[in-house]
Amino acid sequence: MKGVKQKQEMTRDLIILGIILIIMLALLSVFPDKKEIVFSTSWDFFIEMILILPAVMVILGLFAVWVPKDIVVKHLGKASGIKGIFLAIILGALPTGPLYVAFPMAAALLEKGAKISNIIIFLSAWACIKIPQEMVELQFLGVKFMFLRLILTIIFVIIMGLFIEKVMKVRNA
Amino acid sequence: MNFTAIIINGIAIISLLIAFVKDKRKTIKSLKIAGKSFIRILPMIFIIIIIIGLLLGFLPPYQISRFVGEQSGILGILLVGAIGALMHIPALLSFPLAASLLEEGASVSVVAAFIITLTMIGTITLPIEIKELGRELALLRNGISFVIAIFIALVMGVIL
Repeated sequence: MKGVKQKQEMTRDLIILGIILIIMLALLSVFPDKKEIVFSTSWDFFIEMILILPAVMVILGLFAVWVPKDIVVKHLGKASGIKGIFLAIILGALPTGPLYVAFPMAAALLEKGAKISNIIIFLSAWACIKIPQEMVELQFLGVKFMFLRLILTIIFVIIMGLFIEKVMKVRNA
Repeated sequence: MNFTAIIINGIAIISLLIAFVKDKRKTIKSLKIAGKSFIRILPMIFIIIIIIGLLLGFLPPYQISRFVGEQSGILGILLVGAIGALMHIPALLSFPLAASLLEEGASVSVVAAFIITLTMIGTITLPIEIKELGRELALLRNGISFVIAIFIALVMGVIL
């Protein structure tokens, strides 16, 4: 099931790549004077990415094998208060997979009776403050941008979690 | 090679060495996963760098900044935020794309909105989210994420 989906995604990406390549070749044959700037820009970005992405993948791979999936459900199931929020952020920020991997975990947490605020905070941290992601952000956008976005995101994600919890309580009451 | 790249590679190598000492078989498994994920992301890497090359080569900065620069205001932020919410590319690759936009004269707010909506909101994965968490919770999370993304973007624009 998972393998089929990955293969489909790969095929889709390769088709898009083919289309983009054709567009690039067409554009460059009409405007040959742009060749140099397009190639040098693409090359610069390629180098910058290739310097860090293999390392990021290694870190992701290590975490995937060493950190068991049920660690999240085990620790976040009963945690509450400040400790719960803190745990939700830390566990969400661990370098592990795309967001849709986290949905089943969140569902298991819901079933276990974990606080909705913590589940939302966990999902949001998973989505946008993952550790390897922050490293890439640091590389491309600089330390100021990275830290400011990190701090603001943490603050607002906590507010959002608490707000959604209130809304769900009112609606289910 | 810049400082960040050295740090990240250092962390990867040290973690790898520690892992190798602890459990050889697990480490090899990790490396296999890493290799597979890298191959899987490779076409997307090429797509992104070609788009960046074409973007910077063909669209002069004043064109880009007219649509997503300082003077585009809240409308530019909302537009790019919406694009980020609809797009489905790995978060790791959103940063080089964002950096190229910034280089071309896009505002900090626009770039921040793009990154946050791209990572937090999943339009394509919404059906899975609804199935796992229920319609109410999924829609609330995605909807409010969009609002806070725009808000964070505006605050970042004021500070930076």
